[in-house]
Amino acid sequence: MDSALIPKGVKRCPAWQFYLGLGPVTVVLLWGVLAMLLVYFKGLNQTNMNNAYGFALWIWADLAIIALGGGAFFSGLLRYIIGKDQLKNIVNFAVLVGFYCYVSALMILGFDVGQPLRGWFIFWHANVHSMLTEVAFCLTCYLGVLTIEYVPLILENRQINKVPFFHNLGHTMHEIMPVFAATGAFLSFFHQGSLGGVPGVLFARPFGYREQIFVWPWTFFLFTWSAAACGPCFTILITKITEAITRKKLVKDNVIELLAKISGWMILTYIIAKIIDTIYWATATLPSQGFTFMEFYANNPGSAYGLWILIAEIACFIVPAAFLLSDKGRKNQGTLWMAVILAVLGVCLNRWVMVLQVLAAPVLTFEKWVPYIPSWQEVATTILPVALGIIMVALSYRYLPIFPQEAELNPIEPQPAPDAVQRPAEIRQAPPEAPEGKPEPAQA
Amino acid sequence: MVFMGGLWYALSILGMGLTYCILKAAYDTAKGKGKDTAQH
Repeated sequence: MDSALIPKGVKRCPAWQFYLGLGPVTVVLLWGVLAMLLVYFKGLNQTNMNNAYGFALWIWADLAIIALGGGAFFSGLLRYIIGKDQLKNIVNFAVLVGFYCYVSALMILGFDVGQPLRGWFIFWHANVHSMLTEVAFCLTCYLGVLTIEYVPLILENRQINKVPFFHNLGHTMHEIMPVFAATGAFLSFFHQGSLGGVPGVLFARPFGYREQIFVWPWTFFLFTWSAAACGPCFTILITKITEAITRKKLVKDNVIELLAKISGWMILTYIIAKIIDTIYWATATLPSQGFTFMEFYANNPGSAYGLWILIAEIACFIVPAAFLLSDKGRKNQGTLWMAVILAVLGVCLNRWVMVLQVLAAPVLTFEKWVPYIPSWQEVATTILPVALGIIMVALSYRYLPIFPQEAELNPIEPQPAPDAVQRPAEIRQAPPEAPEGKPEPAQA
Repeated sequence: MVFMGGLWYALSILGMGLTYCILKAAYDTAKGKGKDTAQH
């Protein structure tokens, strides 16, 4: 049915099977759309946010998704600026994953703003003293960069590529991609950092507050560093999941191992910096404000924010660093999977701590810990972009050449035509037709 | 100033880069480039 749209030289399942497989994800998507409509039409009373939690599940999802989408800017930086040529075989997919991460982030930010008609206020009436203004501007600009990086992939679709203008446009965009990649890295550095800067400058919230260099608290640099460290792990994880679902090898091991090794070094250096930051915060920053370290890890309901969360956070970075920095750890599929999953969990946990634990912790002597459980509408609207991302990644995989090594790693054996099986004598008499270019996909 | 400088720097690069791509693609197409290769 859609064979004319499928890239040459690769095999895809029948269209009915593909769209049937997307059915359950579409149901989840519709559930999210229902919750989204409730939130937009009925307002924030659909959420469990309150005076203590002006930021809640959505802002955590935003920060986590943006950190995980960091694989796009960091892979682009490595490929186009530092010149790691091997990564050209995964950078397309990293861009794709990053693009949907940022689309999701902006969608969730839209829910958080809550009044779509005033969405433009943040641009027109910008508060230039707010780190969140920088985040909003950089996010929007960087989504523009990711769109520019994604468009050439769409233009490589078999049918679109037949139009000379689109072919030339895709070619030219590829040529100057390093310029866009450098701009993307610049924008990413600042918005990832500013997201970290938000808790870091809250001197009335000592759990998040950090010392600073000029206007940038340490969390500014830690957030950028952790996104660059864990973003590639998310790209590897999604690649592995795609390989598992399609039951194909899509990227050569040496490419994955290179990205994993770089990520391992980034995670190691990040966690060393994070530990130093935590020790300094516990022994210098907190006492200077009249607090003790354990006040932020004790006497909370159900020990939801006990010391375990700090230990888990650090372990979620140390273990992946150990696995990814060892040759055996990278080559063994079990440890590679474990490392990338832990790194992804680690960065998500870090974002939760830096946003929600900051808000939950009591600051004044008469205050208590404030618990928070999101409403189903918040959960559904948070899952909505995930479902949308799955659908869009699946569609991109089906119709766009996002894995340059796929055809090489999964060669299609030319199948004999049905007539050839039934009437070999006739075939022998007829002159064979010379194949042109790469073989057609068997099911395309 | 740093914020506005950074913002307009990024916007300028993106705008000029994209304009260049579109104009060059239009020029190349007008010259007949890409007609043969576009079929692959």
